[in-house]
Amino acid sequence: MLARSSLRSSRAFAAAKSPAVRTATRNASSQSSQSAAASWKNTALLSSTTLLAAGSVSWYYYQFGRPTQAMTLAEEGLHPPKFPWEHTKLTRTFDHQALRRGFHVYREVCAACHSISRIPYRKFVGSLMTVDEAKAMAEEQEYDTDPNDEGEIEKRPGKLSDYMLPPYQNDEAARAANNGALPPDLSLIVKARHGGCDYVFALLTGYPEEPPAGAVVQSGLNFNPYFPGTGIGMPKQLFDGLVDYEDGTPATASQMAKDVVEFLNWTAEPEADERKKMGWKVMAITTVLFGLSVWVKRYKWATIKTRKLSYTPPHAPAKQPGSSFRRFQQHGYEQKP
Amino acid sequence: MSGLLNTIYTAFVRRNAVFLTTIFVGAFATEMVFDSGSNLIWDSINRGRQWKDIKHKYMSNGGGGDDEGDDDDDE
Repeated sequence: MLARSSLRSSRAFAAAKSPAVRTATRNASSQSSQSAAASWKNTALLSSTTLLAAGSVSWYYYQFGRPTQAMTLAEEGLHPPKFPWEHTKLTRTFDHQALRRGFHVYREVCAACHSISRIPYRKFVGSLMTVDEAKAMAEEQEYDTDPNDEGEIEKRPGKLSDYMLPPYQNDEAARAANNGALPPDLSLIVKARHGGCDYVFALLTGYPEEPPAGAVVQSGLNFNPYFPGTGIGMPKQLFDGLVDYEDGTPATASQMAKDVVEFLNWTAEPEADERKKMGWKVMAITTVLFGLSVWVKRYKWATIKTRKLSYTPPHAPAKQPGSSFRRFQQHGYEQKP
Repeated sequence: MSGLLNTIYTAFVRRNAVFLTTIFVGAFATEMVFDSGSNLIWDSINRGRQWKDIKHKYMSNGGGGDDEGDDDDDE
């Protein structure tokens, strides 16, 4: 009884461990009292070390593991949302009708400032124009000839092998005409910008009616949240009904942006259609070849995999009646079937 | 089964010239069948999207004269 009460009172001071408690627990009817005390110690030790380890790891992560941002979010630019592009799927080609519309938009809107100087006229043939259309378009432009006998350079109409002419003679002229901002060449712009198609589409359609309160827009710049730094030299270009599509598609701003983005993806990757098709063919053939190679491996290894090893002891005892299995068992050998 | 294998063996493998011819002709035939089959699947997946599906709208009525670059240049 005395032991009981001392035990009960000692519970209040659970941390302390007097000899009386120890005696009491030892004399209690349970046999696990001693180990319970030890496990209490173990638990405390384990918990504290775990806490220490977790704490040091989290402290280290807090100090050194977090991503560092050299720029503010405004300088980084708003990340574009993911749009459900059809032509970026692995089994889909470009929609060439959309490419044609996109080129229409490019010629009427973008080409005033932006070049696609890595695209020759011949690229249009067989993907969004007939030969006659491409030739007619090339002949609208004038190109320098090679020097003639007097060393003079003359002008000639463009040919299919010529590359698209930029709207400005050089970068300096482009800067001078655009308030100091250089309109980038758009041939590879989808590859050259983070976010690709999503970014270009978001940029083209992402101009707000007016900059949000608190945003600082320098004079001569326009506010676009998707542009790194939010101040972009290009004002909003695409308005509903800006162009008249030849196929009658309603020319909303987002339709034009979608078409021109698909066109710019084509200029960046004109080989994409063929590349995807070839990729599927390669996958199909290598699947067959892989299956063949697995079969050949199994065929060649069949003799090795199915052979059985047996062990004959060097000093075989006198032969006893019965099977070899029983003899092995008697001498302590085991044989797996 | 063995009879069939025997027939194949005597028909194609026994004589070296026949064996070689079988291999070469088989390679070409396999490639043609595989290519046209996979192109068929690809075109059916992408029906209406490729240039060859829409070019009839833009070809002039003169016929196939301006068709020259349309198929050889699909890079």
